[in-house]
Amino acid sequence: MNKQKDASIPTIPTKARLSRWFGRNLIRIYAVFGFTYLFIPVLYTFAFSFNDSGKSNLIWKGFTLNNWKNPCGAPEVCSALGNSIKIGLLATTFSTILGTMIAFAIGRYAFKGRSTSNLLIFLPMATPEIVLGASLLSLFLVFHINPGFWPTVIAHVMFCISFVVVTVKARIASLDPRLEQAAMDLYANELETFRRVTLPLVAPGIAGAALLAFSLSFDDFIITNFNSGTLTTFPKFVYVSAARGIPAQANVIGSGMFILALLIVIAGQFVGRKVKVSK
Amino acid sequence: MSDVSSATHGDLRLTRITKSYGDFTAVNDLSLTIAEGSFFALLGPSGCGKTTTLRMIAGLEEPTVGSIHLGATDITTKRPYQRPINTVFQNYALFPHLTIFENIAFGLRRRGIKDVTADVNKVLELVELPHLAQRKPTQLSGGQQQRIALARAIVNRPALLLLDEPLGALDLKLRRQMQIELKWIQREVGLTFVHVTHDQEEAMTMADTIAVMNEGEIEQMGSPADLYDNPNTAFVANFLGQSNLIKGRIEGTDGDNLVVDLFGQKISMPKNRSHAVDSSIYAGIRPEKFRISLVGTPTRGNILTGGRIEDVSYIGVSTQYQVTMPWGQEVMVFEQNDDGVPPFDKGDEVVISWEPNFTFALRGDEDVEAGLEVNPEEPEEE
Repeated sequence: MNKQKDASIPTIPTKARLSRWFGRNLIRIYAVFGFTYLFIPVLYTFAFSFNDSGKSNLIWKGFTLNNWKNPCGAPEVCSALGNSIKIGLLATTFSTILGTMIAFAIGRYAFKGRSTSNLLIFLPMATPEIVLGASLLSLFLVFHINPGFWPTVIAHVMFCISFVVVTVKARIASLDPRLEQAAMDLYANELETFRRVTLPLVAPGIAGAALLAFSLSFDDFIITNFNSGTLTTFPKFVYVSAARGIPAQANVIGSGMFILALLIVIAGQFVGRKVKVSK
Repeated sequence: MSDVSSATHGDLRLTRITKSYGDFTAVNDLSLTIAEGSFFALLGPSGCGKTTTLRMIAGLEEPTVGSIHLGATDITTKRPYQRPINTVFQNYALFPHLTIFENIAFGLRRRGIKDVTADVNKVLELVELPHLAQRKPTQLSGGQQQRIALARAIVNRPALLLLDEPLGALDLKLRRQMQIELKWIQREVGLTFVHVTHDQEEAMTMADTIAVMNEGEIEQMGSPADLYDNPNTAFVANFLGQSNLIKGRIEGTDGDNLVVDLFGQKISMPKNRSHAVDSSIYAGIRPEKFRISLVGTPTRGNILTGGRIEDVSYIGVSTQYQVTMPWGQEVMVFEQNDDGVPPFDKGDEVVISWEPNFTFALRGDEDVEAGLEVNPEEPEEE
């Protein structure tokens, strides 16, 4: 539309006109490239979930809905998915509860070693996963714990806690301490103040932290691979099957997860906007 | 749920309260009695300890030394929710996740009152915002939030209502309006209000009694008129309005009056308005108490000659003159523009005069700058 507008002014030479148009639309062009780069892999995954692939899902052989109709069609894919979801939910629950408590301790109370704790909590985030995974395995073996389901859950809780602490702490930092004082002033004791004022106000942060923890846990391959033994999780399943060809069902589940995440984000936006619009 | 007894009431007594944070003493050996049913103001610049005092009354801080009594009950170490005291916080502190109705009902519900609707609606009527009951706090203007914060506190009918710079966030016009409204509401509900502010005009408009605080101590306490007309210290004289403080010496007495020498010119003033400890004093006269006249025109009362007008500012209700006296000091004179006499001009030789009864005297060793340099616009320490 800018082109048309510019064309109506004959005095401007074509070259200047072009460069002006380019200048105006640079950010859009950049955005198109950026999003293309980000979404081509997702689109590829999504498209190939409809591939009538047979054994190996590398070449497009034709459109089919069979993969979506029967996502558990490939051997082991759904038991792997089930394991991942179970581990994810357990890891999310424990890491969210523990991490939220740590966040309150660090964010709200002055105690000896507070700043050290604050620093140490970042350490698991900064340590290479491969190192964490390997050390955890040797730790479990020293204590004669065989790799498997629970060691994996413990490992996941460990690396998720840091992310939960950081997310919840940010929310706590933005909370006006006067609101809690006001609650106490209005006859709410410590427990009621926490339940009626603090927790509801920090809840969005906790929910965000829980979603983050789940996606980190669900997605984890390296640490899981060290500590899960014979147990197959979804990322492990995909990795192992890559050698002999990933079944299209993996694409179906991957796309499904993506769509689910997208819906959660959209729902979140919608709720957020509704609150704002009702002003 | 909590053991708040609405039977606890009576005067609030602070006895020898000190609050220290490490080496810093925020409140120093403060004793104070606030009469039941009064509108009391704690006035002072930022950092004077007034908010700390308020927070100790609310139970949000504990005094290092001293005790707080409400009537016969010692409440010094009681938790905030165990005191029949409610606070209107600076910036209101309304709960953003609750509706206005639930914000106001919060205190009632915590005390285990089941049917809150009638009380909440009544107080919403009182602050004239019944139509906002179902809104959220962020959807309200500053003035509306202020009223809701007030409603949320008074719905509990506390023995004591604390107001921490309640009007600080409002613009000037709204602030004036709310001052009058607050005073009206206080009379209407008959509660004791304790109001903390750095705004002397606000304190004078609303309070029956003002305690002027400076560096953790009460400088002077009294009615607004007492404080303004007869300040005891240079801090009070300068913090409440403007004062001309002229160095002088008590020469003798004449009945109930003192004879004072101000740079060679004799004036007289009532004995009982002197707060000096020896003959060295500062004589204080408020700028609007001065009259100004050209040399040669008749004058009465105390007279100081040899003035020269340095500057004239016409500000509508009054004309403000800056007059240089023979000893080099500049004094302020406010003349009401009510007599049709055209304002004097810059450079005019003038005589200033005033009624002797308006003079007050401060100790000669006072810091005449006290209360001047403080910046009252800074928010109080949290």
